Amino acid sequence: MSETVLNCGYVPLVDCAPLVIAKELGFASEEGLALNLVRQPSWSALRDMLALGHLDAAHMLSPMAVAMSIGLGGLPARVDALMVLSVNGTVFGVSNALADTIGDVPFGDARALLAALQTRTDNLIRVGVPFHHSMHRLLLPYWTSAAPDLKIEAVTVPPPRMADAVADGTVDAFWVGEPWGSVAVQQGVARLMMTGRDVWQFAPEKVLAVRHNWVEANELSARRLMRAIFRASAWLDVQKNKPLAVEILARSEHLSISPEFIDPALSGELFTQHNIAPKAVGGFLQFHKHAATFPWRSQAAWIASRLGADATGIQKAKACFRTDLYRRNLSGIGADLPGASEKEEGAMHYETAVASTHGHMILAPDAFFDGRTFDFAEDDC
Amino acid sequence: MNQNLRILIVEPEPDRVHAIIDALSGAGWSEIKALAQMSALDRTVQDFEPDIVLIDLANPDRDTLEHITYASEASKRAVALFVDQTDDALTQAALNAGVSAYVVDGLNMERIKSVLETAIARFKIMRQMQSELQAAKQALEDRKQIDRAKGILMRQRGLSEDEAYTLMRKTAMGQNRKVIDVAQALVTAADLLS
Repeated sequence: MSETVLNCGYVPLVDCAPLVIAKELGFASEEGLALNLVRQPSWSALRDMLALGHLDAAHMLSPMAVAMSIGLGGLPARVDALMVLSVNGTVFGVSNALADTIGDVPFGDARALLAALQTRTDNLIRVGVPFHHSMHRLLLPYWTSAAPDLKIEAVTVPPPRMADAVADGTVDAFWVGEPWGSVAVQQGVARLMMTGRDVWQFAPEKVLAVRHNWVEANELSARRLMRAIFRASAWLDVQKNKPLAVEILARSEHLSISPEFIDPALSGELFTQHNIAPKAVGGFLQFHKHAATFPWRSQAAWIASRLGADATGIQKAKACFRTDLYRRNLSGIGADLPGASEKEEGAMHYETAVASTHGHMILAPDAFFDGRTFDFAEDDC
Repeated sequence: MNQNLRILIVEPEPDRVHAIIDALSGAGWSEIKALAQMSALDRTVQDFEPDIVLIDLANPDRDTLEHITYASEASKRAVALFVDQTDDALTQAALNAGVSAYVVDGLNMERIKSVLETAIARFKIMRQMQSELQAAKQALEDRKQIDRAKGILMRQRGLSEDEAYTLMRKTAMGQNRKVIDVAQALVTAADLLS
């Protein structure tokens, strides 16, 4: 039987791992798929190529998928998130100069860092982010809104250039996905201060995005792709597989990044400063555990509300996170399915057991640093 | 509607910039500005107020450009031209030629079209030249490797140049590989053993 070829776009970041592993370890070919992974030079290019049908599926920033669906951004198109590809995995770092100004702040303390920035800086702080519609850019104002006196400007910088932008003073800080934070640290130009998880403990970072009409016309391919990715992400979350995952990602033609820059994100051992031993960060980048792949409709709603959407926009956003397809396509291969498709975002401060088809789903904490909660249940919108 | 359109070109390579400017001014557009440095983009967009921004589809700075267009006033918001999917042929042509264009909302489609058609034609030629150049470079590189491999065979096995090449070609065919792959393997092996 010949394999169905799917063109999948990705941006070379550690969190494109589920696609690379699905291809390289044969999870895709077991499903009768040949994944043609097509590297994209920018998020805008990835979006256009998907919208115009040159790509069948894409590794996409979760806010980009939502923005497209509610008609924001350069190229609105109805896209669906079939599943979440990764949760968390971003870092916030500052230039050496800014690190000296703010002094000693414990790593990962979002409140203390904000307080230090507020009391010890007067000037505008320019923060490099990878794209306008990204979780990084959404979490930045969410976090800094607790310090109204702080002058912050988000500046879009292509991630591979982030270290240079810090070094030459174009930006004072950055919020970026791995490996680019580790690269800046290893070049000795920046210090990591916290991870995205310190602002929101369970933020959907990338999704598997397809055009809405593509999935309508290619139900079987969508099903196979989802199953392959589900298996790849399960493989990625097994502790003993991580060294091999680093090796495969480094060797594959897809990532041209050396293993020492891939390892921190996968192992959760981050080098926060040059020449200082790494710090273990729990739940830094998650692919599978705690229903990480489940596209919670409430996550889409949170993103839409931060993008300024009204009630209609929030409904549209919810509809593009395809919990229906997730349930239909993954129930047969052992995926545990939660009883609900929405949750109160930010309400869980500890690991919490919830009702599921297997009866034992444990969700990870999803609290925000300021303790706020967001309920997007139907009657509220 | 006889006012000229302001066109901004974002492109680091001076040769390409000249080629695009020539093509556009040849087609009657004169208010053109080119920008090589992304750092000046924000200010340039504010001062020059372009109606159309042309940028290579593969340019990683596109994301920065998008950010700036979001940040500009709503009434002047630029949108990627691909938005206008009513003209599918034009969109596909732009895509194939590698042009992405940002256009201020509300501009007359016919005027955009004529700018874009010129740009597309020029981008196409440049893209072709680039891939030809790439192919030529690769061929030259391959040739060097094959020559080195031939030299090794001639020395070690006492073959003539033709015989050496024939041997490599036979080996390649027998193993279903390219001659250059066989040559590379031979050169690597010889380097390791020497």
